[in-house]
Amino acid sequence: MLYFSNSKILFLLIICVFGFFLALPNFSKINIPFLPSQTINLGLDLRGGSYLLLEVDTDSINKDRSQSLVEDIRVSLRENKIKYIGLRSLESGAEVRIQDSLKIKDAEELIRDLNNGTSGNIFNTQKADEFSITTSDNLLQVILNDSSLKEKYRLAVLQSIEIIRRRIDGLGVTEPSIQRQGNNRILLEVPGLDDPQRLKDLLGQTAKLNFRMVDVSVSAGEAKRTKVPSRSEIISDTDGIQYLVMKKILVSGERLVDAQASFDGTTNSPIVNFRFDTVGGKYFAKATSGNVGKPFAIVLDNQVISAPIIRSPILGGSGQIEGGFSVEEANNLAILLRAGALPAPLEILEEKTIGPGLGQDSIESGKLATIVGLIGVLLFISISYGRFGIYANFALILNVIMIVGLLSLLQATLTLPGIAGIVLTIGMAVDSNVIIFERIRDEYANGKSPFSAVESGYSKSLGTILDANVTTLIASLVLFFLGTGPVKGFAVTLSVGIITSVFTAFVITRLIISIWLLKNKPTELSF
Amino acid sequence: MKTLKLVKQNTKIEFLKIRKFTTILSVFLCASAFISFLFFNLNFGIDFKGGTLIEVKSSSIIEIAKVRSSLSVLDLGDLQIQNFGSEKNILVRVENQISSSKSSSALDELRSFGEIQRVEVVGPKISSELIQKGITAIIMAVSLMLFYIWIRFEWQFSLGAIIALIHDVLITIGIFSFFQIEFNLSIIAALLTIIGYSMNDTVVVYDRIRENLRKYKKLDLYSLINSSINQTLSRTVLTSLTTLIALFSLYLLGGEVIKGFTLAMIIGVFIGTYSSTFIASQLLLYLGVKRDWTKNNNI
Repeated sequence: MLYFSNSKILFLLIICVFGFFLALPNFSKINIPFLPSQTINLGLDLRGGSYLLLEVDTDSINKDRSQSLVEDIRVSLRENKIKYIGLRSLESGAEVRIQDSLKIKDAEELIRDLNNGTSGNIFNTQKADEFSITTSDNLLQVILNDSSLKEKYRLAVLQSIEIIRRRIDGLGVTEPSIQRQGNNRILLEVPGLDDPQRLKDLLGQTAKLNFRMVDVSVSAGEAKRTKVPSRSEIISDTDGIQYLVMKKILVSGERLVDAQASFDGTTNSPIVNFRFDTVGGKYFAKATSGNVGKPFAIVLDNQVISAPIIRSPILGGSGQIEGGFSVEEANNLAILLRAGALPAPLEILEEKTIGPGLGQDSIESGKLATIVGLIGVLLFISISYGRFGIYANFALILNVIMIVGLLSLLQATLTLPGIAGIVLTIGMAVDSNVIIFERIRDEYANGKSPFSAVESGYSKSLGTILDANVTTLIASLVLFFLGTGPVKGFAVTLSVGIITSVFTAFVITRLIISIWLLKNKPTELSF
Repeated sequence: MKTLKLVKQNTKIEFLKIRKFTTILSVFLCASAFISFLFFNLNFGIDFKGGTLIEVKSSSIIEIAKVRSSLSVLDLGDLQIQNFGSEKNILVRVENQISSSKSSSALDELRSFGEIQRVEVVGPKISSELIQKGITAIIMAVSLMLFYIWIRFEWQFSLGAIIALIHDVLITIGIFSFFQIEFNLSIIAALLTIIGYSMNDTVVVYDRIRENLRKYKKLDLYSLINSSINQTLSRTVLTSLTTLIALFSLYLLGGEVIKGFTLAMIIGVFIGTYSSTFIASQLLLYLGVKRDWTKNNNI
């Protein structure tokens, strides 16, 4: 136990020096070439920022596809002159009754063909997978398959992540982290954001924009009292004023290639300038040419943002929206339009925002607690074990350096509970040395020579130290795999700390003590 | 060199002599913890209950009554406003789920009192998930450890350890319930660490018992366990002390945010040390252990 070959000593020395250099960037700003320059990542609770857990509304994806399926079935059956009744959308699917019993097979065939991405829906997966059809009498039930829905959710999450990224980029913040979590969740971490409200405003809208004509055949109020024409619907604006708007979409927001906030040349009020792609520009030109003098509505997420009169045909493919915006609203709308629409609404499940001031305070108090805790333990161990205590203390300091070094190497995130984990490790790390030293005391008291007391002290403690640390490691690994955010940070430092503390306590102090024993050949141990 | 010895070499304290007393004490504590939990429940933080939490920091003293009256116009439902660390900091808790526009106007109101330090909003979906995750984590950690102990020792040790662990967790939860200390996600982390710590303590004592079982084949179990506890006593005291030094440093200097976490740990270290000395070891006496270890070559 006490014999170390030269190569082993060299190897241990290299590990210690390596750990030291890994930790170094965290303490000094000097960059030495060829050496690691990574520092520990600070968690949001230490650097300040916002953490948002978002959920993609899968119900709305079901609903959207069910409704488009209804439309597809309607068009297809009509084109083929098959008579039907009771066509309606289900929770995830659609059903229809075919009146002519001879045509049921044909209808089924036609609906089966809809699988082939005919809806133009970008989420359409492979043929024959999307839904299954069950027939009983004349009732056809089209049920969307779980696997195809899952694929839709997956794509919706991926697409949402991309759009969130673009929206956040519009805010000009640095290093946002956007991750998929579970089936339909997105974890968003934005460091150093002053106003999370703005972020939430940006995420709270799906931003589906479209341009439609206002139905002027009857006023909105009149239509509400009597009957809303089937081609139109009533949509209100932000002030609650209602408009009767045609259902038919002239141009949709997908055709936009650019949007910028700006100011109107004459009124100086904030506006949003937009530009369509070529196809969108053509649609827009055609629609505006044919409807000069009539009002059209710009609808965003089922809300009219403005309903101007078309004064002259707009041929250049660009235009502007005046919606009585504030500067920030205009900016937000421009960001939303540039980034594109979310495939489904997002729900904010959890939000944590920490101000930069609190984060800095936490770092300061964490540092202080670590230093004071460390000094306290060092003093206590020195007076308890004398010379051996000083060796243990050296190992303890090395332990802290190695934790910092390993955390930097792993690019782990240090959180406030993580700092607590380090301080706790400092308290618990000496345990291994305490176990060993107590053993040595026992063995020495039983009349063994210093050398063999140390020798058997170490060998007899090994089992205990392993058992004791494996159990603690189990607890911290469970925390690591099941915990999130700050708690995970705690688990990381605790796990790393357990491993480094066993190494420093069992290997490094043993090396130092063996060197001392071999050099001085003491005849008695002062404990 | 003169060194400090908190525990003398070769102590012969009859720990098991007071086993009736410690058993009654532990049963009483566990029962009280359970009753307290039934009557007072736990003071769940927003992690587990859902809701909104806002911390405000000012350079001068904030009058809670004024904050309350300025927020009352917003009709936020049940409000809890308290000082946090000092009179210049307050913590506002809103129990209900409030709309985004309401929370933003509440933040505007609070900005007139000082700087917003943090905002936490937890929806009901997440809070129920977090409870589930927390319980799963504890059960998983305990079962894995028991499995490990069972492999390394004998089933009696494993059973003794689990009873001691349940004892520790139950009493810690009882203390949180009785004093209505906020129980949040970080307390779950603390509980798991306590489990780890207490297990660590128990294992060291068990290890010595097992070693002595092999060494002294004729010694009666009572004396054997007693002297094992005595042999590890110095270590138990020293490690608990260094851990407590570190924890008190954190508690006093580490800031308000982790006070609850550190408090749970401090309580846990005391209970864990007590249980491995008095409870886990005496359980072996009742459970009976194998005396013939000649065929077992485990370390």
